[in-house]
Amino acid sequence: MTSRTAADRWTYWQSIDSGRLLLMAAAGMLIIAAFAHTTISSTNHIAWRPALAFGGFIALGELLRLALPGGREAAPIAMVGAMSYALLINVAHAGPANQEALLVVAVAAVGMTVGALPHVAAGRPAGLTGMCTRLVAVACVAFAFRPIVHDIRSEPWYVAMAVMVVVVVFGWLVDTVVGALIRADDIGSRFSVALVDEIRLQWLLGAAICASVLITVFGAEVMGIAELAVFVGPLLVTQLAFRRYAGIRATYLQTVRSLSRVTEVAGYVEEGHSQRVSRLAVAIGRVLGMTEPDLLALEYAALMHDIGQLSLRDPIPGGATLLAPRADQERIAELGADIIREAGVLDDVAELVRCQSWPASRDPAPPRGSMIIRAANAFDDMVGGGADRERSSAALDRMRQDPAEYDSLIVRALAEVAGRRPLWRL
Amino acid sequence: MISWPARLYTALVVALTAVLVARMPLHALHTGRIPDFWFELAILQALFLVCDSTPSSLAAQRAKWSPSSSATLAAVVLLGPVAAALVGAVSLISIKHQLRATERLFNGAMGALSGLAAGRAYAALHGPVGLPVFGKDPWMIIGPFAAAAAAHVVINQGLIWSFYRLNRGGQTLRREALESSLPLLLVSDLGYAALGLIIASLWRVMGPFSAVLVLVPLFVARWAMGQFAEERRAYAATMNALCRAVETKDFYTRGHGDRVSRGAGMIARQIGMRQGRTEAIMVAGMLHDVGKLGVPTQVLQKTGPLLEDELAAIQLHPMRGLEIVREIGFLNEALAGIMHHHERIDGRGYPMGFAGHEIPEFARIIAVADAFDSMTSTRSYRQARTIDAAVAELRRGAGTQFDPLLVEAFIAALAVEDWPLPEPAVVPADRGTVTAQDHDDPTAPLRVVEFP
Repeated sequence: MTSRTAADRWTYWQSIDSGRLLLMAAAGMLIIAAFAHTTISSTNHIAWRPALAFGGFIALGELLRLALPGGREAAPIAMVGAMSYALLINVAHAGPANQEALLVVAVAAVGMTVGALPHVAAGRPAGLTGMCTRLVAVACVAFAFRPIVHDIRSEPWYVAMAVMVVVVVFGWLVDTVVGALIRADDIGSRFSVALVDEIRLQWLLGAAICASVLITVFGAEVMGIAELAVFVGPLLVTQLAFRRYAGIRATYLQTVRSLSRVTEVAGYVEEGHSQRVSRLAVAIGRVLGMTEPDLLALEYAALMHDIGQLSLRDPIPGGATLLAPRADQERIAELGADIIREAGVLDDVAELVRCQSWPASRDPAPPRGSMIIRAANAFDDMVGGGADRERSSAALDRMRQDPAEYDSLIVRALAEVAGRRPLWRL
Repeated sequence: MISWPARLYTALVVALTAVLVARMPLHALHTGRIPDFWFELAILQALFLVCDSTPSSLAAQRAKWSPSSSATLAAVVLLGPVAAALVGAVSLISIKHQLRATERLFNGAMGALSGLAAGRAYAALHGPVGLPVFGKDPWMIIGPFAAAAAAHVVINQGLIWSFYRLNRGGQTLRREALESSLPLLLVSDLGYAALGLIIASLWRVMGPFSAVLVLVPLFVARWAMGQFAEERRAYAATMNALCRAVETKDFYTRGHGDRVSRGAGMIARQIGMRQGRTEAIMVAGMLHDVGKLGVPTQVLQKTGPLLEDELAAIQLHPMRGLEIVREIGFLNEALAGIMHHHERIDGRGYPMGFAGHEIPEFARIIAVADAFDSMTSTRSYRQARTIDAAVAELRRGAGTQFDPLLVEAFIAALAVEDWPLPEPAVVPADRGTVTAQDHDDPTAPLRVVEFP
């Protein structure tokens, strides 16, 4: 038993590190190659003004990173700068842009590093994984486009633009796929689901990046390098809009997380119960391949699943709803759903809370999220906050023997999640 | 309804615009010099219309913003001042719903006027009209363009603001909402104004397609702004629902959080607190008694004198509240307000016994609103007091229990705004718990068992 868990743990850590390691190795090799090549081949041919201007732009973008919902981090302005530099055809008054792909990588690497330094100095995480991902994506764009730039130059603008769109979409896909791979590893979800989530969340930002790259490249052809200074305004305002959106999402989640603890403070449930149930439920949902919007509703519902107890006159002894008679359980669920429905914006969450005490065999079947909450709640009522393996396996056994109450797929996922160490990562 | 001064003002602006446009010399129309003048004008007008018809909400629900100025400013560069005025005038037929005729007229005149002003500013600094040709020194165009953008923003915002100032009746809320989002409005306006020059420059490469290309990031930004507004509404609604749920335990204190939040907001505005802090204190007011959930029901319901530890349980509730909301990141200052809302100026409050200005400002504000709402609500042991009686009581406690300045600020605010008196509590005979002694009530202190 112990040896198997140890092996599991080993493969778990190994799988995380190998993905990251590979990415960092790739980025590192790119950087070494870029600098070696740039310094060995004569530096006389480098057009310094564009290199410095775009490098500075990238540094600014890296400095103003954007936190997106779900703990993601992006640097859209840095991406715009780096990809535009990779796709530059002509610069007004500076003639054709002839930088090689490896120079693009070198400029991007220096810009990103400079932009990341203030983050490190302020004690924030350096975000190395994100930077490596972006660098690899930019390198893909540069290697795809720089060799053909001479042929593109003589084509009309719409042909050039079509080629650029293809290349940028390719670069964006690289960024997204690598991001999804790392994320799937980190949070223990399936790659396919992580990829779909990533695309769903990022495609709009990706479209904005793509259009911005085209604007930058063609704008530089007319206006020269000064265009970067003009265009940075609209880019900053767009990013500000995204930042506010991500900020309110985070505040929302934090507030629900905090307020869900009222049942604990009131002594209705054990300390930390809502938080544990929600983490368990989300982890189970991920194993079962639920998508991010569904997981968010599940998380909210799990956090607030006991809120109906506020309407009870006296706490249930020990707070364990598992031991209460079925009718009481259903009444608490209904009361909780009523409270949540009051908000008017969380009807799907209210529905999950309402059906949380329904057995799996019920007809019509309860929603999957409700069954997950039921299983997670029962598990936590039986095992509690401690990490007692004996109690945990006893609880799982008891749930396995009751397939009419607990869906067997969900119990299997619960067993997988409960066997993990560290228990639940967010 | 739109007030008469605002209508008069609209008429003035329309007349002024008509005169100014009519007085422009004919050659300022540039039709002769620019081959596709009318076609380009139509494209830019279409761009303006698309942007203007899909505005997005800013911080406040009713403050709308659209990036349509980029079309006007592109016209300044490409087609000259009169064309810019013609682009701005399209606001007249914007497909936004719920616009009254006066508002449309005003918007159209305002768009034309700010377009004209931008064009004149651009011409004054010798900005060349037509497809931009950047020489060795790109600032020869960028400089005049910056002046045009600034003129556009100033005229545009100036006209809007004076309109709202004049159009008072029933519009105060809207004005307040606008004021809160003004910095954001200005930043967004200036940022997107730069797109005008981008559109004009790209026109040389790709013609009208530049307008299409620029629309993409614009619409993405608009989407993000819309999402922000939506999430914000959802957040507020959820917060309200959860707070109400907390209050369901007690029939007498229902709506208490809501009203204290409102009262704290009134005081904050009265003493000129800036918008961000006012919002924070309203959240704090909403949540100030969350910790009461940690007080056992029997203690809350007890009619007789309280035992020492029962009193302690009640006096602990600000700390319990803090415990619950501590992890809400943005609350910072509000946390102090929640924790110290039962401190007294004379230092005899709880939980820390702070005195005077040791007590955080948020806490002093909440204390006033809290006590006032308690006194004007019905309790199981007494009827609700009238507002005048409660005000007198606040004045009596000023300097000992309350901060006198804040009490006066609250009374001044009460003179202007209505106070939502709670509905008399109806307690069903069979269920529900009621507070027998209200810890918020300054006129009926908690009674504690005294040992001889």
